[in-house]
Amino acid sequence: MRDLFVEIYESIRRNKLRTCLTGFAVAWGIFMLIVLLGAGNGVLNAFTVGSSTLSTNTMSVSGGVTTKPYAGFQQGRMITLDESDIDLTAGDYFSSYVDDVTATVSTSVTVNRGDKYSSCTIQGVFPERAEMEKIQVLHGRFINPNDMAEVRKVAVLPETLAERLVDDPADIPALVGTYIKVEDLVFKVVGVTDADMMTNSNSVYAPFPTVRGIWLPGEDISNLTFSFHGLETEEDNEEFEAGYQAAINLNHQAAPDDESAVWISNRVTQNMQMEKGRNILTTALWIVGLFTLLSGVVGVSNIMLITVKERTHEFGIRKAIGASPWSLTKLIIAESVSITAFFGYIGMVLGMFTCELLDKTLGQTSSTVLGTQVSIFVNPTVGLDVALEATLLLIIAGTIAGLFPARRAAKVRPIEALRAE
Amino acid sequence: MLIEVKGVNKTYNNGQPLHVLKGIDLSVDKGEFVSIMGASGSGKSTLLNILGILDNYDSGEYRIDGQLIWNLSEKKAAEYRNKLIGFVFQSFNLISFKTAVENVELPLFYQGVSRRRRREMAMAFLDRLGLANWASHYPNEMSGGQKQRVAIARALITNPKIILADEPTGALDSKTSEEVMQLLADLNRKDGVTVIVVTHESGVANCTDRIIHIKDGLIGRIEDNHEHRASRFGADTIMK
Repeated sequence: MRDLFVEIYESIRRNKLRTCLTGFAVAWGIFMLIVLLGAGNGVLNAFTVGSSTLSTNTMSVSGGVTTKPYAGFQQGRMITLDESDIDLTAGDYFSSYVDDVTATVSTSVTVNRGDKYSSCTIQGVFPERAEMEKIQVLHGRFINPNDMAEVRKVAVLPETLAERLVDDPADIPALVGTYIKVEDLVFKVVGVTDADMMTNSNSVYAPFPTVRGIWLPGEDISNLTFSFHGLETEEDNEEFEAGYQAAINLNHQAAPDDESAVWISNRVTQNMQMEKGRNILTTALWIVGLFTLLSGVVGVSNIMLITVKERTHEFGIRKAIGASPWSLTKLIIAESVSITAFFGYIGMVLGMFTCELLDKTLGQTSSTVLGTQVSIFVNPTVGLDVALEATLLLIIAGTIAGLFPARRAAKVRPIEALRAE
Repeated sequence: MLIEVKGVNKTYNNGQPLHVLKGIDLSVDKGEFVSIMGASGSGKSTLLNILGILDNYDSGEYRIDGQLIWNLSEKKAAEYRNKLIGFVFQSFNLISFKTAVENVELPLFYQGVSRRRRREMAMAFLDRLGLANWASHYPNEMSGGQKQRVAIARALITNPKIILADEPTGALDSKTSEEVMQLLADLNRKDGVTVIVVTHESGVANCTDRIIHIKDGLIGRIEDNHEHRASRFGADTIMK
């Protein structure tokens, strides 16, 4: 092994410039691959954070508009969910899959605290909501069962909304325990949650019965969220959704197969689709990166062919004194792999360094799109797995680059090689 | 017989077929010091290449120590060359980026001998040929005679059955030529190494014990030369 490396070192030492130039192409290829994958990850991470895709198994149901006439009703009828849908969902029929069921009622209100005010939506929620949507409570607590039982007038604010009700963001923790006015009624602030930019940045949470009693008497609910288990594949989910859709539709005298009578949004299938999209993008980036690397590999192959040509006479001598074809093949492939791996590693380290740099600069900025803060890059780096894959890739690439020249070296006949100069 | 060649034919097919060897019969015993003499184009180099398993032949039979050399794979041929044959070339054929001692130990590398062992052996052989002080010099820092002695050390290091020398003095002046031939003669006499020298110089051939003349691809006269009087240019010198 040591002898092999001595040989390779001797060979490379004699051709420093051209080896470096060739190596640059390889380093560039792997650099591009790493930066592309890092940037791709950054975009995907930003997307994931922005849309708060959560791994919890929940489905959200809300009313829609029918598109098919059914049971004597025309199409185009608005469907509003009501409390019978909660009973239906939590009932025996779906009990093998459904766990907790929660409902929300919501309406637009204005909240104010002293001279600060903001218009927002107040959502009457169940305590389970926090668990289902992975709402992070930053200060205080979320709505609890006692709030529900006693129909308390308590409110939990998202951070974005809380900011609008205080002079200084540092005062947000102190907001807990104070009172705000919702329309004309006084509510006690019991907690502040994080805001996930899209779903809850402008909603005040309050106990379901409180909102129902004050603003929305009757049976209607604005949406229904339930957690479930036992649906592993996309097909399972689709089947369940179809059956569930039919049941809810029929509860509102809509055609069982009318997909817009009620809207079902399934976090699990959304995640699955997101994961698919993520894989497609990552694959595309790998392909682009690989093609960039390919030009480097061709360069190495080319330079190895020249090396073999130049060393034909030497190989003839080696063969005459007993070098087997395999020993020469090994020598060339090992040299090719060494060049590829060495410069590839430089490229990889530089690529990772660039990713870190991106993280420190672009990764820390966000721009305002349609009134919300959106980060373009979140953690645009690659993991150890990619580094290992890239290492493996370099070794394979080096072997492929060396294969053809090595076969040439092995095939050359000793008398012809000895004659060559 | 160490070397037995029977009816060996060789034709080159580069455009016009060229029948170079037309049925060569030859045998060399262990411990002999033989030269093969012939003009250029007589087929002597082709014969040497076949003897050295560097080239194959079309028909006939070639045996080393009873072992038939026919239709060998490259790997097997390399192994035989490594173990049975030591080459000395006209142009030395040392590897230019390796030092003298590295050149000498190379055949042992291909036998898988350990680093230390082969360095020791190579140093011992260089010492024997009076080149111990030149061990770490590169070929381009040495004179022709020194280079040829390094090449001889390289040929000897695997303790081969045969030393094949292809015009070993072709690139040397007459004084050095004499030294090299003397060295080969000593190896033959003192260590019993079988040496086959291919040459077109009668002075060189005269140093050997038997001279095989080859002409137009056939063995001509075989001269017994134990008296070393074959060369009409005298027995004492090599004319250049």
